[in-house]
Amino acid sequence: MATRRVELATSGARAATLGALTSSSNRDHAMNTIFIGLMLLGLGFAIVGLASLIVFMFVEGGGRLTWSLFTAGPSTITPATAGYRTAILGTLYVIGGVVLFVVPVGIGAAIYLEEYADKNRWWNRLIELNIQNLAGVPSIVFGILGLAFIVRGPIGLGFVAAAGSLTLALLVLPTVILASREAIRAVPPSISEGALALGATQWQTIRRQVLPAAVPGILTGVILAIARAIGEAAPLLLVGAVTFVTFNPKFLEDGYSTLPVMIFNYSSRPQEEFRILAAAGVIVMLILVLLMNSFAVWLRDRFEQRW
Amino acid sequence: MTASDPRTSSPGALTRRGLEASSPRYGEKAFKVFFAFCGIVSVAVTTAIVLSLIPPTFAFFREVPIGDFLTGTLWAPAFSVASFGVLPIVVGSLMVVVISLSVAIPVGLLSAIYLSEYAPTRVRRVIKPMLEVLEGIPTVAIGLFAFWFLRPLAETLFPFLPWQGPFAIGVAAVAVGLLIVPLVTSVSDDAMRAVPMALREGAYALGAGKLKVSLRVVFPAAISGIVAAVVLAGSRAVGETMVVLLAAGAGNPQLSFDPTKGVQTMTSFIAGRATGDIATGTIVYDTIFAVGTLLFVSTLILNMIAIRFVRRFREVYE
Repeated sequence: MATRRVELATSGARAATLGALTSSSNRDHAMNTIFIGLMLLGLGFAIVGLASLIVFMFVEGGGRLTWSLFTAGPSTITPATAGYRTAILGTLYVIGGVVLFVVPVGIGAAIYLEEYADKNRWWNRLIELNIQNLAGVPSIVFGILGLAFIVRGPIGLGFVAAAGSLTLALLVLPTVILASREAIRAVPPSISEGALALGATQWQTIRRQVLPAAVPGILTGVILAIARAIGEAAPLLLVGAVTFVTFNPKFLEDGYSTLPVMIFNYSSRPQEEFRILAAAGVIVMLILVLLMNSFAVWLRDRFEQRW
Repeated sequence: MTASDPRTSSPGALTRRGLEASSPRYGEKAFKVFFAFCGIVSVAVTTAIVLSLIPPTFAFFREVPIGDFLTGTLWAPAFSVASFGVLPIVVGSLMVVVISLSVAIPVGLLSAIYLSEYAPTRVRRVIKPMLEVLEGIPTVAIGLFAFWFLRPLAETLFPFLPWQGPFAIGVAAVAVGLLIVPLVTSVSDDAMRAVPMALREGAYALGAGKLKVSLRVVFPAAISGIVAAVVLAGSRAVGETMVVLLAAGAGNPQLSFDPTKGVQTMTSFIAGRATGDIATGTIVYDTIFAVGTLLFVSTLILNMIAIRFVRRFREVYE
């Protein structure tokens, strides 16, 4: 009697378990497939959307990709032969200034925060929080800063390439600091402790041990920041890059434009030729920026040390 | 040390050398001061932003009562009969945030779960850097793409909607969504990969399938990082200028919730107004700064929220 009851109970339990398991695993299986489909759809949407942008620009402006695009000056009358010479020179000036400012100051701030700063002091925590916040301030607000502080006000440079340069440098400074900090933090403390124990001074340790190991990461951050500065237009609208210059710009004299601002300028004109010209400019900018970004990402993945 | 070492063999070395530095090392101190100065530059930048915003904003509010500014529904600062109700452009910015996030959250999170939990290493190694590179597409390019391609496409796909003119804030917002997808994906992918393997293994051992592990274990465990990604993306969307300026146009001064029309946002107002040489001290000049202050404060709040969430997820798993 007792064994029969046990048998019954066991078979019942087994049936229940099997039923529950199979039906749920079937449903799980279907759900799983649907979910994988959804995820691939999402990823596909993101990549197809951004890739179609690149394809579209090539279709629109590919025909204008000639050498004269780089050598011809801008024109409002003859769009068919106009080019980006002055804008490209303007970009070179502006970006040159950004590099000169952002590389020493950005890396210096990162070294200070990682190697020198005492994290328990309120002012160092303030600097840290401030940089994180600054990284999220909209670029147009930096344009306002540039207009009120650099073009006019205390620095008072006027609407010159140097003002645009400084504005963009301040905009990308947090990016460089954050990336350089990550790279410096990734160097294990045992290395600098070893150097210090052998009698190296703090600066010797940083220069000979920490920085060489952190260079790939720092360089990646710097290149990504510069690529961002190349494509940035909004803050430059406020600091004078909109003037339509037909002459080659100077660093400290009035009148300059940059590639993205010139593209914006051309694209706001009604004629079809200007639209093609703007699309050709976008292609040049895309190639430049995407190549730089690819190089930066490759550099990091190739030379990043795993300790 | 050997006996031939000149320092030990000299008579003065019989007394022990002290542990203090043998020279004052001014160079060391100079470097330290330089690096500290670099750190201070960033604080100076924030201070300069605040200092450049405050005086014109105060000048603005001497002319326009703050209540009228924040609750008015007619935005016409440059009209002969000027009106300074900021709500129309705030609503424009909010529409951009809501629409772009409703594109970027599902697309970005689904991609992130796929990359972090499902993708084979080879696929991941291709897609992740690809997204990082695409994150750098200049916003002017995205704006023109929206204006030239997405806007006509939208009209073809939804011919029953009342499209008017070449501008549409809904299309601009979708393009902004496309712009912030890589950001959402990479930040939430990082958050989910920071969840310890043991949590997943525990769930598998209890009989959960991959889907359950991803959605019920990994996703909740990474929620603070994911929220941070979304808030950061929202802050990016509020501050996005060129896409909105190109694809949503100058807009009309009335309050409008219609995504098929051109609507001005806070950023596109500033960028559209401040081009060219506007005279300082005029009300239009001050208006730019008042709107700038509003924009700065709103993104500051969003960033603080994001930083708080990132901290929480760092504390748990690192």
